Amino acid sequence: MTSQPARATPAGGPGKRLTGHRLLWPSLTLLALLLGNLAFTHDFFAVRVRNGHLYGSLIDIMQFGAPLILVALGMTLVIATRGIDLSVGSTVAIAGALACQYIATSSSPGSVGTVLTAVALALGVALVLGLANGLLVSRLGVQPIVATLILMVAGRGVAQLITDGQIITVSSGPYKMIGGGHLLMFPFAVLLAAAVVALTSLLTRRSALGMLIESVGGNPTASRLAGIRAAGLLTLVYVFSAVCAAVAGLMISSNVSSADGNNAGLWIELDAILAVVIGGTALTGGRFSLGGTVLGALIIQTLSTTVYTLGVPPETTLVFKAVVVIVVCLVQSPAFRSKVLRRRGTAPPRPTTPAGEVLPHQEARA
Amino acid sequence: MSTGIANTAAFLTRPFRGAASARGRTRIPLMVTAVLLAAMFTVGSVRYEGFFSAQVVLNLLIDNAFLLVVAVGVTFVILTGGIDLSVGSMVALSTMLTAWLVEQYDWPLASVVPLVLLVGGAGGALMGWIIHTFEIQPFIVTLAGMFLARGLCYMISTESISINDPATVRIAQMRLYGPEGLFVSLSVIIALVTVATAFVILHHTRFGRNVYALGGNETSARLMGLPVGGTKVAVYAISGLCSALGGLLLTFYMLSGYALHAMGLELDAIAATVIGGTLLTGGSGFVLGTALGVLVLGMIQTVINFQGTLSSWWTRIVIGALLLVFIVLQRLMSGRRPAGE
Repeated sequence: MTSQPARATPAGGPGKRLTGHRLLWPSLTLLALLLGNLAFTHDFFAVRVRNGHLYGSLIDIMQFGAPLILVALGMTLVIATRGIDLSVGSTVAIAGALACQYIATSSSPGSVGTVLTAVALALGVALVLGLANGLLVSRLGVQPIVATLILMVAGRGVAQLITDGQIITVSSGPYKMIGGGHLLMFPFAVLLAAAVVALTSLLTRRSALGMLIESVGGNPTASRLAGIRAAGLLTLVYVFSAVCAAVAGLMISSNVSSADGNNAGLWIELDAILAVVIGGTALTGGRFSLGGTVLGALIIQTLSTTVYTLGVPPETTLVFKAVVVIVVCLVQSPAFRSKVLRRRGTAPPRPTTPAGEVLPHQEARA
Repeated sequence: MSTGIANTAAFLTRPFRGAASARGRTRIPLMVTAVLLAAMFTVGSVRYEGFFSAQVVLNLLIDNAFLLVVAVGVTFVILTGGIDLSVGSMVALSTMLTAWLVEQYDWPLASVVPLVLLVGGAGGALMGWIIHTFEIQPFIVTLAGMFLARGLCYMISTESISINDPATVRIAQMRLYGPEGLFVSLSVIIALVTVATAFVILHHTRFGRNVYALGGNETSARLMGLPVGGTKVAVYAISGLCSALGGLLLTFYMLSGYALHAMGLELDAIAATVIGGTLLTGGSGFVLGTALGVLVLGMIQTVINFQGTLSSWWTRIVIGALLLVFIVLQRLMSGRRPAGE
């Protein structure tokens, strides 16, 4: 364990300055969105204490954003390895369905033991699902988007199978705690998300793990030749992503005290990818920013909250999201920078596209 | 049906990868699909009364005509090694536009159809242009397209718009009768013509060979002087056009426009393409295989309907399991690659 591992940054410049630069735009966007809200809701920034709990719009954004932060966190590491995990939405649904089904059919739904067993069950199944994704990608060499597509398609069916197509409602005090409870004045979900974020950044940035993940994403072949166990790391990030999604699924179902196999976590994978991209992690892999992802998730949650507050039909957020995706990707694209912004000198070098590496086995895949 | 480069590459590496020819290897998933389809039909015929009839097969086509058209468009994109996630939303947008213009503004269908096709084709071309010009991954660009099209649906209306326009209803309910009372809808004819056209374009034109070459190896294709950019823009335009046409067929089938139509259709289209033997890495596949893939998906649904006791979510689980089997099969066929590639 080194205290501050030297990170290979694409531009070759000091990593610190680049990170600061990278987080600048997401921070400003979030700030602008929050300030914009202030114009419509005058007590937007007000945080009150009621019944010993913190209340306010900012707290709401954090509480409802916690599941997205978790899913996006797992997604960040997957994307850092140049992969993608489309199955997180289905994992969210499966985890919620499993836990709620177990609690609803148990003899004592209110006991802590039952809830802990339900949570362990959901996390265990997520572990297996993540392992399946990871092995498909790392051992069989299936494209990540394809490997996780399988679970995305089948997973929602599995969630519906578990709940028998119904919405299962549970009334369990300890279970309600996960998504809707409070601890030390703060919503428990926020504390849980913060703990996972802190732990992840500690593991990836205070040990070599983050650097290894980035090297696998930067150039899988080179890192394998350098002796990095790419297959194990790839499997690990997919397992991590699935477990994060499962915790998010528990939070979502706990918050509404019910599991909905059809709609729980629907399209959350897209929001998570969006959060990662807004946060400055390039989809081409090789580097990641956990802080950026958290900011990205908060931006998306704030955007949704704003749309609700303005009274615009919530469905139209999709159009805003589409515009944001394209703008963010264009600004990140080196080709766009050189062609439109004429900033070739300061733009990072082009990421090597898979098509650019002409490897013997790629030519032979007819 | 591989291209020159792909064939050459396969020829060069053949001694190292077993005796089966590259062409034969890529056809194995296709043959598995054909056998699977036949097996499902046989088992269905044995188990369920009334299953063994030509009309059951024709109904399969009637119910899946729109998916067939959409999947054909997706096949073009996947053959180039790309992916189009926007097709489901584009289908929904087409149903919405058609219903809205016909019902709210009394536009004649003759002017709505070209407009919808133009919107689809132009939308696809725009995505293709962004993908090529700014070198952004197809996945993320079409994802934005997916959000945008679905959002535009909701901007038109959040409610379902049902179509009562007599002319449209007449066309939608048109039936073409054959011998012994067998019938198909107009959509089936349109879908079959689309498949045939795609077959001719892919296997008998220069453009088709460019599509395969681009999917086989983009760098090689560029070095050979093939029009990489034009081909890329064109396949996304074709995909957009096909999803708009599929949307029109779905409008006739449902006789309504709704923002929630065709949810998850992009996955069904991709699944059909993969089950039909097209490699998701591009460069190898068959449009007729895609048609078989659509029939397999339809057959799953039919079997579940006939069984009666199985719920609809089994469809998703079975499709997922089939996808898994075919993808693993394809990986093993096309040779194993080290981790992380």
